Amino acid sequence: MTDFTHSPAANAAAPSAAPQRNWSQLALRWLLFALLGAFALFYLMPLFVMVTTSLKSLDEIRTGSLISLPRDVTFDAWRTAWSSTCTGVQCEGLRPYFWNSVLMTVPAVLLATMLGAMNGYVIAQWRFKGANLIFSLMLFGCFIPFQVVLLPMARMLGIMGLAGSIPGLIVVHVIYGIGFTTLFFRNYYVTIPAELTKAAKVDGAGFFRIFWSIFLPLSLPIVVVTVIWQFTNIWNDFLFGVSFSQAGTQPVTVALNNIVNSTTGVKEYNVDMAAAIIAALPTLLVYVVAGKYFIRGLTAGSVKG
Amino acid sequence: MTEWLERHMPKMVLAPSFVAILIFVYGFIFWTAWVSFTRSKLLPKYEIKGLIQYERLFASPRWDTAMDNLFIFGVLFIVISMVLGLLLAILLDQKIRAEGALRTIYLYPMALSMIVTGTAWKWIMNPGLGIEATVRGWGFENFAFDWVVNPDRAIYAVVIAAVWQASGFVMALFLAGLRGVDEEIIKAAQVDGIPTWRIYSAIIIPSMAPIFLSAFIVLAHLAIKSFDLVIALTGGGPGYATDLPATYMYAMAFSRGDIGQAASSAMVMMGVVFAIVVPYLYSELRAKHD
Amino acid sequence: MAPILDIKNLYKNYGSVEILKDINVSIEPGDFLVLVGPSGCGKSTLLNCIAGLEPITGGTLSIGGKDMTHVSPKDRDIAMVFQSYALYPTMSVAKNITFGMKVRGVDAATQAAKLQEVASQLQIEPLLNRRPGQLSGGQRQRVAMGRALVRDPKLFLFDEPLSNLDAKLRVEMRSEIKKLHQNLGATMVYVTHDQIEAMTLATKIVVLKGGVVQQIGTPAEIYNNPANLFVADFMGSPAMNLIPAKAKRNGSGLDIEITRGDGAPIVLKDTHSGDLPEDVILGLRPEDIAEAGFRAGQDVQEAQCLIDMVEPAGADTYVVAELGGKQVTARLHAETKAQPGAMLDLAFDLGKVSYFAPGTGERLN
Repeated sequence: MTDFTHSPAANAAAPSAAPQRNWSQLALRWLLFALLGAFALFYLMPLFVMVTTSLKSLDEIRTGSLISLPRDVTFDAWRTAWSSTCTGVQCEGLRPYFWNSVLMTVPAVLLATMLGAMNGYVIAQWRFKGANLIFSLMLFGCFIPFQVVLLPMARMLGIMGLAGSIPGLIVVHVIYGIGFTTLFFRNYYVTIPAELTKAAKVDGAGFFRIFWSIFLPLSLPIVVVTVIWQFTNIWNDFLFGVSFSQAGTQPVTVALNNIVNSTTGVKEYNVDMAAAIIAALPTLLVYVVAGKYFIRGLTAGSVKG
Repeated sequence: MTEWLERHMPKMVLAPSFVAILIFVYGFIFWTAWVSFTRSKLLPKYEIKGLIQYERLFASPRWDTAMDNLFIFGVLFIVISMVLGLLLAILLDQKIRAEGALRTIYLYPMALSMIVTGTAWKWIMNPGLGIEATVRGWGFENFAFDWVVNPDRAIYAVVIAAVWQASGFVMALFLAGLRGVDEEIIKAAQVDGIPTWRIYSAIIIPSMAPIFLSAFIVLAHLAIKSFDLVIALTGGGPGYATDLPATYMYAMAFSRGDIGQAASSAMVMMGVVFAIVVPYLYSELRAKHD
Repeated sequence: MAPILDIKNLYKNYGSVEILKDINVSIEPGDFLVLVGPSGCGKSTLLNCIAGLEPITGGTLSIGGKDMTHVSPKDRDIAMVFQSYALYPTMSVAKNITFGMKVRGVDAATQAAKLQEVASQLQIEPLLNRRPGQLSGGQRQRVAMGRALVRDPKLFLFDEPLSNLDAKLRVEMRSEIKKLHQNLGATMVYVTHDQIEAMTLATKIVVLKGGVVQQIGTPAEIYNNPANLFVADFMGSPAMNLIPAKAKRNGSGLDIEITRGDGAPIVLKDTHSGDLPEDVILGLRPEDIAEAGFRAGQDVQEAQCLIDMVEPAGADTYVVAELGGKQVTARLHAETKAQPGAMLDLAFDLGKVSYFAPGTGERLN
């Protein structure tokens, strides 16, 4: 699905790459580059503005232009955003919330991925009566608007004693992540011939042995896709974070929103931008490092769904 | 005993997830549905009272605004993202040397939290210091771009930010689709002397119908669930001008303490999502079995 | 000797669909049983049932005298070679071969010795450290065989092991499997849709169609005395000629009358067959129709036929004539003077004839 290797137009353009290319073709080519460049600017502009704004002083922001480069680069806003800006009543910066997000995201990603791998393995390779029905039920679960589970979930977390806690958020993210992780692994494992499992059974290996010795070593690509997908979704989540956390346990997205939308005091736009970048950094980093897998997850999650 | 264990291991491994999904998805939907038929206010009550919550919901001007907004936002967001995504995909498909870099640039917003997107665009569209001020600074004194704070325009500001975030993703879907078209068909068309734009309009794009469908489903799904972006960009305001069903539901559930309204609005949202997604999923699953 | 594999009244259903119906087969140690039939006939399912990879719905299945109904594959003392070879992609060739022993807790020294023995037997020593992805089709096939051989099981199971190889390699591996069977004296069950493989390898053939056994017998029995029209048509290449004919009692013998498109019917005299119904289908293999004068014997009958087509095939020349409304193939010697469009005297060897009932397809003689 995400194999970008061959292009129909590539073939069309190839013969005309010769020196006798005419002027209208050249003009078209320039128009193409101009358009592509203009769009690139459109997509990059917000990032550019965020970065430059975060490096300006408030004075410069008030007097200067949105798109000008900072005259005096200062990291004050970053320092404030990280360790001393106010999210409502507390003024400890984003730092504690950033760690809340890490504490929430890492276990949730690992658990959901592990469960998805086992589920996908069962559904793809150990079919039993009703397995397809179970899979369909899980799949439909991926598509519900989460508003429909917010109220009962809040009560359930209260009953389990997990209300407003990070473990509570982990539980929520794992449960509503299973559908997608199962889908990813199931779609990957169905492409592995059933004869492999049969051969291993004849060789004497059991359910877990076959998983550990044969399927897991084959799974690196799909594990990467799943982990990135889960990581991005959970780190960026706001709805569950804002619904099921309390003052000390909020994830970074909720804290960011509190900083930006707090109505008290002077509006520190540079701090807002620095905070936004800090909140975005982990997923941006993952995207830059492993963009290929990120795209694969996006398309797998939508096209194959 | 071990024989039995071995034979039933697959079911036992699947069981916890299955039970979790049954309770936390289907059980919870059932709970919400039930409560939406009661007089629940601050606390849930379980005595069925009919459609009273739905009557209140559809009589509420705020919900009316939310549904209107969803319609405007949804249509614009889906149409613009699709058109832009397809355009970008076709432009990128022209044997561009920097394709990889451009793809990365067009798609990175998808890796950001909607809260980050909202924060950034809120600042950019800030009338006093953002684009409006900048363009005025260039000498266009009458330039006005106050959409985020203008109740009649604010929903379009949400559309801009949402399109910025999701169109690159649509581009990726379409680009993969373009590359998935059978090369031999394209070669045959080229041999027949058909110009490139005709190859796109007559052969490639029609063959991508399933991708249009997937893109539509994903975008529609995103639109209906949109919550964080509105919260970060406009907070649902000015007033209720940019309220969407998702923000309405949240407000009822957590700030107004009106569980009945929260439940009924959530059920309507689910109805809308399922009306779009269920036929699609059904056909997908059936196609796989055939 | 007790049968090593004994299948009695075996049924297999998927839901309400009957895949296998009342299968009864047994083989002795050292037998090479081939299950043959067109795709979808249930032969692979039957093999999977023997392996324990599919539960059976009814009947009994025993290996080495022990009932296997509730025994899992790993405890059946079998080894299996798959159509796709099913090599573990992330393990080296050596690990692939020893995986089964490792799982069973065989000590490392024994594993190494066994590996060495099998590798040299199959001439795959240089490949031991490679991954399956780095091997050619033929090499993968050998590794798959090695994985089975190293286990030294009571029963070897092969699921169309040669169907993914090209034609030349297939013939080579076929004779190698045959050699292996002879050298090891092992018992094998082998599934194929290729009737030539079945003929060359088997000591016993089971022909399956639609989940029902059509015939069980040695290759010679199956070839010479097919039990019904299906077996007659399926086994042998080119296929047996099946010609609609009329049988008429004439003194002690029968007159077999075959219509011709271009003249009076041919009448062949069968002197040794018993009573037959009037309408029959006469089955005669191409090699049992020769050019007149090249085949002798008391049951050889000659008749003049119009030749439609001549196909030299090197060692032989095939000619086609229309008889009884069918294209009938005869296998003549290479130097025949037969010409398309000309008449030729053909010799029909009625000593080899089979008769079938047109309705049921069952053999009549």
